Amino acid sequence: MAQMIPPKEKMKREPVSMPEQDPKERSHNFKEVPLGYTREQAIYEAQRCLQCKNAKCMKGCPAEINIPKFIEKIVEEDFAGAYLEILKTDDLPAITGRVCPQEEQCQQVCILEKQKKPIAIGRLERFVADWARENNIHGSLPKVSKKEQKVAIVGSGPAGLTCAADLAKLGYEVTIFEALHQPGGVLVYGIPEFRLPKSIVKYEVKEIEKLGVKVITNFVVGATRSVDELTREFDAIFLANGAGAPRFMNIPGENLNDVYSANEFLTRSNLMKAYAFPEYDTPIKIGKRAATIGAGNVAMDSARTALRLGAEKSHIIYRRSRKEVPARAEEVHHAEEEGIIFNFLTLPVKVLGDDKGNVIGMECLKMELGEPDDSGRRRPIPIPGSNFIIEVDMVIDAIGTSANPIVARSATGVKINQWGYFIIDDKTSATTKEGIFAGGDIVRGSATVISAVGDGKIAARAVDEFLSSGKSLRKSK
Amino acid sequence: MYKIIKTEKLNDVIYSMWVKAPEVASSVQPGQFIILMISEKGERIPLTVADFNREKGLIRIVFQIVGKTSEELSTLEEGNKLFSFIGPLGRKTEIENYGKVITVGGGTGIACIHPIARALKNAGNEVTSIIGARNKNLIIMEEEIKKVSNQLIITTDDGSYGRKGFVTQALKEILGKDPKIKKVWTIGPPIMMKVTCATTKPYAVDTIVSLNSIMVDGTGMCGSCRVTIGGETKLACTDGPEFDGQLVDWVEFSNRLTRYKESENKSWDKYKVYQHECKCGRKEN
Repeated sequence: MAQMIPPKEKMKREPVSMPEQDPKERSHNFKEVPLGYTREQAIYEAQRCLQCKNAKCMKGCPAEINIPKFIEKIVEEDFAGAYLEILKTDDLPAITGRVCPQEEQCQQVCILEKQKKPIAIGRLERFVADWARENNIHGSLPKVSKKEQKVAIVGSGPAGLTCAADLAKLGYEVTIFEALHQPGGVLVYGIPEFRLPKSIVKYEVKEIEKLGVKVITNFVVGATRSVDELTREFDAIFLANGAGAPRFMNIPGENLNDVYSANEFLTRSNLMKAYAFPEYDTPIKIGKRAATIGAGNVAMDSARTALRLGAEKSHIIYRRSRKEVPARAEEVHHAEEEGIIFNFLTLPVKVLGDDKGNVIGMECLKMELGEPDDSGRRRPIPIPGSNFIIEVDMVIDAIGTSANPIVARSATGVKINQWGYFIIDDKTSATTKEGIFAGGDIVRGSATVISAVGDGKIAARAVDEFLSSGKSLRKSK
Repeated sequence: MYKIIKTEKLNDVIYSMWVKAPEVASSVQPGQFIILMISEKGERIPLTVADFNREKGLIRIVFQIVGKTSEELSTLEEGNKLFSFIGPLGRKTEIENYGKVITVGGGTGIACIHPIARALKNAGNEVTSIIGARNKNLIIMEEEIKKVSNQLIITTDDGSYGRKGFVTQALKEILGKDPKIKKVWTIGPPIMMKVTCATTKPYAVDTIVSLNSIMVDGTGMCGSCRVTIGGETKLACTDGPEFDGQLVDWVEFSNRLTRYKESENKSWDKYKVYQHECKCGRKEN
């Protein structure tokens, strides 16, 4: 039986930190950085949970997990029960347990946050999911009767996978179309192995396939088939094709040989496993001095990947100051520990190259902070004449993405906004064409895995409502 | 997995392959390309479609051995399967009845020109095709190109077949004689396309090139294939692969093709050593 601990005792306890790989060692390998809780650590941490009646943490969770309940199961040492509890609403627990910004969601609203000691919900979620995987515990198959209606999902990232799982559990026949040769979207091409091992993504996708979801890889919606063509074969469609196209600075020298978009750099390393070249055939540039432009999570991933590939120095170049850095605090902390050099208030103006197209440096301007801009952050202003050159031999642009038009171009009647993202009804994720829904980054721009998971859930409910009312894309012809 | 239905060695370095890919074959158009992977550990390489059979669900690709992946591909036989085969990618060739047009092909570019010339001819154009190579042995698909052209001119650098000289010399001759030529397509090595554009420039004839940049996803996600067209950055995968040849920044394009030369050579050398040592029964070429 669970050990009863008085609330006062609970409050006294310090949060259990998670063991991590040593920074010096890990900056040269692609193995995961945090090592996970032991059974004892998980129970000790779970025991701190106050089991609030009106649990605020749940409202902070887009995946709608019953957080107190799964934590209670951990206290009871019923890890399988905890796993099945999470699986009721989140089919990607080992993934969300790793990459969610819990400090901005469930943990931010935890009652213990006031003491700066919120429950480590993400770490507990990760523990439970890893334990279940290692102990061969699986969710049960849907008990509902199979429905006739067919749903197409475009993209197998977190939004698509979540929507697919929820709809399969309701009995629908779900097919996911994936453009790449492996399912997972940003989880496989974008997020590095050292933050999210690909074997885990593979496993959770397989579990979703067991629910009856069909995943067709190597199928580019917008090229292999248009969305219009899919409307003839499916009763409803969820578009979750991701953020897509890379953004560049539009400065001179940006098309030199050793200038990468973060998308290309990370895709080569993560999806194509270029870090294991030549065992894997895809090559990647290994610079001696790498400069990553931008300071979001993708920039941290890029700079840390460059370091692991063998760069002697790996810089983050950011035009604002430390205070405005958009990446998760944990990512910045890890990057600093590993020796990433941060150049704040620095604006690249030109990439310098030799006559063969190789990068030999980057010219930058110093910035100062002025009045707050539209985003509420102080506007960075270039200091005239402050030009200086950073010696680098490779540059990675990690300044965000823009909408990839190929899916939208093939979807008649589905309207996009001025930036190319789908226009939707926030409550239902319905696009301007009845029966077609959209979510994830192709609606939000670059956001988080968990917001995509949330979008997938909203869309699944809306698709179910649409189809339950007897409507169908095929009938509307 | 995508089954190889038929393979053919066209000459010492160029191979042809028909692959079963019904989804791609049903929607492919001239000018488009596919991306394939031999195995899970393979790289993704783009190849412009050389032919297709919609009824049978087949795509034909033609490739030259230039590195590890293409050499490994050349060892595959009928019945073997490719891990990945994605397409059709890129924009299709703008086919209309222009009147008189010329298609110029060099090396494996001859294969890429093939479906374009056929579509142009079917659309009512009078198609002159010029294909060239260093010597007779390297000329490929002569019969196929002949079938889809009103006139076929063959050039070899050493004069071992057809006319002696470069494709551009034959092209210049026609442009000089016939002011009614409306449009030229040229596909081949970068230097050939660049020189072809220089040849057509004085005649102010629209000249379309097809750029085989280094790609990863091929769907506009990674930006590896970016090229500068008229001062603007474009993606060869989704904005192209065909562009107005007069606007291409050829120096940048050629430079970016060498991005991974060192790694490519390393990988190829390792493969050759492996092939030599293991004697696993794969046929030697």
